[in-house]
Amino acid sequence: MTNHWNDIQHSDVIVSIGSNPAENHPISFKYVEMAMDKGAKLVSIDPRYTRTSSKADLYAQLRPGTDIAFMGGLINYLLKNDLIQREYVVNYTNAAFLVNEDFDFNDGIFSGYDAESFRYDKESWAYQVDENGMPKRDDSLEHPQSVYQLMKKHYARYTPEKVCEITGTEIQSYMEVARAFASTHKANKVATIMYAMGTTQHTHGTQNVRSYAMLQLLLGNIGMAGGGINALRGESNVQGSTDYAVLYHILPGYLKVPTYDNVDLATYFDKWTPKTNDSQSANWWSNTPKYMTSLLKAYWGDAATEENDFCFDYLPKRSGNYSYIRLMERLQHGGFEGMIFMGTNPIVGGPDVNAIASGMDNLKWLVAVDLWETESSVFWKRPGVDPKDIDTEVFLLPAASSVEKEGSISNSGRWAQWRYKAVNPPGHAESDAYIVDQWIKRLKELYSKDGVFPEPIVDLAWNYGDGHEPDIDLVARECNGRFTRDVVVKGKAFKKGQQVPSFAYLQADGSTSSGNWLYCNSYTEEGNKMQRRGLEDPTGMGFYHDWAWCWPVNRRVLYNRASVDVNGRPWNPEKPVISWNKLTRKWEGDVPDGGWVPMSEDGTKSPFIMIAEGYGRLFAAGLADGPLPEHYEPMESPVANFMTGQQCNPAVSVPGKIDNSGKYPYVGTTYRVSEHWQAGAMTRNLPWLVELVPDMFVEISEQLAEWKGLKNGDMVTVSSERGQIEARALVTERIKPFRVQGKLVEQVGMPWHFGFNGMATGGTANTLTAAVGCANTTIPEYKAFLCNIEKGGIKS
Amino acid sequence: MGISRRNFLKGSALTAGTVALTGKAAKASVDSPELRIKGLQTSTTVCPYCAVGCGMIVHTKNGKIVNIEGDTEHPINRGSLCSKGSALFQVANNERRLTHVQYRAPGSKRWEKKSWEWAMQRMAQLMKETRDRNFVKQEEIDGKTYTVNRNDGMAMIGAAALDNEECYLLGKFGRAMGVGYIEHQARI
Repeated sequence: MTNHWNDIQHSDVIVSIGSNPAENHPISFKYVEMAMDKGAKLVSIDPRYTRTSSKADLYAQLRPGTDIAFMGGLINYLLKNDLIQREYVVNYTNAAFLVNEDFDFNDGIFSGYDAESFRYDKESWAYQVDENGMPKRDDSLEHPQSVYQLMKKHYARYTPEKVCEITGTEIQSYMEVARAFASTHKANKVATIMYAMGTTQHTHGTQNVRSYAMLQLLLGNIGMAGGGINALRGESNVQGSTDYAVLYHILPGYLKVPTYDNVDLATYFDKWTPKTNDSQSANWWSNTPKYMTSLLKAYWGDAATEENDFCFDYLPKRSGNYSYIRLMERLQHGGFEGMIFMGTNPIVGGPDVNAIASGMDNLKWLVAVDLWETESSVFWKRPGVDPKDIDTEVFLLPAASSVEKEGSISNSGRWAQWRYKAVNPPGHAESDAYIVDQWIKRLKELYSKDGVFPEPIVDLAWNYGDGHEPDIDLVARECNGRFTRDVVVKGKAFKKGQQVPSFAYLQADGSTSSGNWLYCNSYTEEGNKMQRRGLEDPTGMGFYHDWAWCWPVNRRVLYNRASVDVNGRPWNPEKPVISWNKLTRKWEGDVPDGGWVPMSEDGTKSPFIMIAEGYGRLFAAGLADGPLPEHYEPMESPVANFMTGQQCNPAVSVPGKIDNSGKYPYVGTTYRVSEHWQAGAMTRNLPWLVELVPDMFVEISEQLAEWKGLKNGDMVTVSSERGQIEARALVTERIKPFRVQGKLVEQVGMPWHFGFNGMATGGTANTLTAAVGCANTTIPEYKAFLCNIEKGGIKS
Repeated sequence: MGISRRNFLKGSALTAGTVALTGKAAKASVDSPELRIKGLQTSTTVCPYCAVGCGMIVHTKNGKIVNIEGDTEHPINRGSLCSKGSALFQVANNERRLTHVQYRAPGSKRWEKKSWEWAMQRMAQLMKETRDRNFVKQEEIDGKTYTVNRNDGMAMIGAAALDNEECYLLGKFGRAMGVGYIEHQARI
């Protein structure tokens, strides 16, 4: 989230799209209702009429996978009717920038496309630059190559009529949504977007998010109280686990994992440190060398020296895409001997789970760490297989739950909050920290005797006390970082061993260590700020700066320097995030996004500090699938692309097991319910929750039920090209077919929490989903696939 | 897990749990009648389900959790919890929880109980063998040789249920082991 939960109360228009907060983030709805009590409008855009829709002022039905058509139409509406926050757009976004003359878009394909590799050469998408290497601009926004005009032309095709033919939305509801959203182009009005996996889980998921962000930039809503673009994350610490980079492509704090051609640290810095010729751009990532060196010092301690490139060679270098879908493909080809599952259940939660499960049969060993016996940990006795045929050695390790250990987690609003240990884990269960600690200690011992390239393991700095398990306090201190020798930084003297006060003090010379620069400031000499419980709210804006700690440097609203005009005056003086005090010459309110003077003064910096050029990107040249979001159909779709001749995202290769032949006529989509959680182990084992929602079900429309001769509660078989499952039919008027290009398209919806193991069992929805992912992130397209539905259970 | 450790943790965690940086104690919910929590120890926690980050109060007695409820002081939830958060008590007190290390031998139909010591030794040995067998020191790409120092024999998945500090340790471990295939729920 650019903003945070409490901040939603400040919105004038709340747009929930690809999310269902009333169901899946119930307590967040407190702030939606608080805003509504003050007159805000809630807009729910969703394929299904959800719990959130039932509370909304406006509901617009949207066919799964057509967000870009919907949002593209809104962009068109804003530009055509000049309903943008012009001062914001000119000063803070790249709308005025000129793009290369070679840039082109033709029938669904941007310039630079190579159909064989499914890749774009992005050279023609670059800005035009002047003799000083600065992007050329036209502040009148009239130049035909300006981002503004290119955008205007691109989205002129997205007329309301055409959009609604694609999305299946009733045109009247669509126009009401357009008017409500557009009303926030006024400087003192603001809309927020609450989105979740309904947005991201598409082959064009990243562009879905981009289309929302573009609207928010055009309306001047980023950086504002009650504004921003807010991902409602689904797991208690999925924000933190992302910040801490348990992912193939990043290191802690979103540093890049080195690639094979980063032959040394200097080459790595050269490749991954963004450059700008604009002295007005903070270009925050120019600090990459400081953060990376500090991480290497945290990993390998005294062994990491300037002479040995701070042990840069110890880090594995990637030479490909190792993301989840690719990883599971490799598993299916016998590419791994062993796997470690930490509190995860891939044969319920992954795409095309039958393929993942049979891939697991190839493993020599599997370690599953969990509170429960999950489906994945007993894959060797799943229905339809004989354990005799599976040669995997499996370890199921009993883990501690959240109240049986100590540590911090980061919520969706980036607040890192501390959890305390209340009791010991049951029986012989142990914390995840204990388990990892034991592994590395034993491996250090083994590798001290012999083994391939033992240095990264033997030299690994692992100093977390002599207790039974690692001292989490020491780990938290290391994550923040400390000085490794006596130094003077920014005129301040620091002693060896002292905690680094914030990332502004991190150095590239080895004099600081930090396990995660983004969390540098969370645990300073003042103490562990993640434990704070101060409830003071002097501005009345609900920042709660003394409650826990939030990244970065306790800033509660990101890009908050865009919430003021060039003189530092809040666009909305009644709900200021920050404001410039002319007398003290200081910012007041939230922690400002960099302390520089307002934009009208010398020595200022542009507000979008994480972007090399410093301006919000309406036009983004770095994406795999185009600089402007364009509508494509999901990989499986019952209709042809009505916008262009390009059916699916051209930057995604078509995988096997996709069937658009008509054999599977209905659009399938998956979702969560309030009473269950993710792959189900944490809820399908609790009697109270099982009693509330005991069975797998599939929601179908009344029309489809009539056509199929189904009534509520009947057993049905749902099938796709990947497999089939059984579920109870839930016949409901909340699900309605879409009218798309003159034809009626039925949809069915189902929760994805169920599996064959545990207290409550049921068909796994991800048996049906396809292993095809977003062009940029490779997140699977869970939210739109084709399926069929038949009365009765599976006929074998 | 020895007796001494139990005593040590019982003492330290419960006192640490109630004292904040500000020195202010995390009080039990303001509407709790004194009697209801008499003799109970309290600590605070944050809900492990979705990412709203609601605060909770945990009441314990004799090393057992006897009650979990919303933290009325918490600025996000102000004491409210949803159906899942309200059920956290059943995560802590649940006969379906794993309490022993379990091992399944190749081709076997069943689990066997094992000691941590045995399992840890065995896992470390397997991880080492896998790493040593599958370590890619150098790779040839487009006719050039590059040092990649990568362990392609194993993959690690999962972390969204772990604390930040645990995620850090897990990532540090994985990278030291040379694992490139590190992924988790955030991707999917």
